[in-house]
Amino acid sequence: MTRKTALYEEHAKLGAQFTDFGGWEMPVRYTSDLAEHHAVRTAAGLFDISHMAEFFVSGAGSADFLNYALVGRASEIGIGRAKYSLICAADGGIIDDLIVYRLDENDYLVVANAGNRDNVAEALRDRVTGFNTELRDESDNYGLLAIQGPRAVEILQTLTATDLSTLKYYSIDAGVLDGVEVFFARTGYTGEDGFEVLLKTSDAAKIWNALLQAGESNGLVPAGLACRDTLRLEAGMPLYGHELGRDTNPYEAGFARVVRLDRDEDFVGRDALAAQSQRAQARKLVGLQGEGKRAARAEYPIFAGDLEIGEVTSGALSPTLGYPVAMAYLSAENAEVGSVVEVDIRGTRTEFTVVALPFYKRNK
Amino acid sequence: MSELKYTKEHEWLSIDGDVATVGITAYAAEKLGDVVYVDLPSVGSATTYMKICGEIESTKSVGELYAPVDGEVVEINQSVVDSPELVNQDAFGAGWLIKIRFSSLPELLNEAEYKELTGEA
Repeated sequence: MTRKTALYEEHAKLGAQFTDFGGWEMPVRYTSDLAEHHAVRTAAGLFDISHMAEFFVSGAGSADFLNYALVGRASEIGIGRAKYSLICAADGGIIDDLIVYRLDENDYLVVANAGNRDNVAEALRDRVTGFNTELRDESDNYGLLAIQGPRAVEILQTLTATDLSTLKYYSIDAGVLDGVEVFFARTGYTGEDGFEVLLKTSDAAKIWNALLQAGESNGLVPAGLACRDTLRLEAGMPLYGHELGRDTNPYEAGFARVVRLDRDEDFVGRDALAAQSQRAQARKLVGLQGEGKRAARAEYPIFAGDLEIGEVTSGALSPTLGYPVAMAYLSAENAEVGSVVEVDIRGTRTEFTVVALPFYKRNK
Repeated sequence: MSELKYTKEHEWLSIDGDVATVGITAYAAEKLGDVVYVDLPSVGSATTYMKICGEIESTKSVGELYAPVDGEVVEINQSVVDSPELVNQDAFGAGWLIKIRFSSLPELLNEAEYKELTGEA
């Protein structure tokens, strides 16, 4: 049984095609994947990401609780700032990747992936015992809209008195948007500047339509999950279930900096992660760049001669760059930048070169 | 020229004498999304009914081109190789893929039967 966000009817009215994503019926595209992708890179796109899960953590013990439950130190996040983090199992496997926002001294917002909502909720509930804090899964009561692209900020600014220019990357602030109370978070998953707007589910349709109208003359288009995927791939951002999972560890995924072992307090997964941090990783997450037009796609095997040395986790013909890009796990000895490997694209060996991530970086 | 025929694999055929012009339907093109690459069989190669003879790749996925008849490829659409977006823009016209010379036709769907298959009826 797939679920629908509060904006399902709006998407249908716009002619969206839908796809199942994490148990949700989500718009995959409205017109064209490529047109929506380019709109986000050159103007702006509006995404419904209300399928994502929101957990609110409040009370005097909130920082201590999150320090224990996650691999980062929530207590070090400044008020009004955000941090990328992971929630790991005791064995170090990644349960989900998250963004942690500190709303106030004792108030945090944790945004998790839609498909991992139940697992994250369960893990957080298991870990909250003994801390003086209240954990609330508000996923059903809140929606999330992402407005992304070089013109996103000026479009959003037309509907709010909050001075958005003062909000730094990875910051969050409460404000009023077209008469509705929201949180403005300067975060995203596209490699562009922009905001994610957290709002009550009941306000989602009003704000969705107000933003589309406000941005029409500035090139804002509704954007679906298909372009969201190619945008985040170009930006070198991982997608849970592809680059991250229970069987991946943060070190091979390149997230050593997110795991804070340099602290006194205990946290779930600490022993396993400390041991992993000391080991040479057998495989590493890398970027791959190819020639021609044939994409290396998820799960395609990678070879060096007769030896299978890895597997593609995500890949596409990059709409912005015009050549195939992919992320892949490669055996450490083949993972050096510049190393040439062969991807088996449906029976045809095709050369790809290991490159540094991200593939695309916006001009600031 | 006759009215278009269809396969369950979402190809259309336009029959002219013993040559079938083959493409994928607008329905299939829309489901695939933006087509960014087509891989077509070479001219002169043999085709076998319902064997894969090419690929149509979109940003999101790969669609297979099934040969709708036994025969020999007599022409490929170089324009669509150079500009794969023609498949989306004009699936039944400029987005045609290959021409196959055949000796006999298998049983194919007519438009009403195809639309029933795709739920467009």
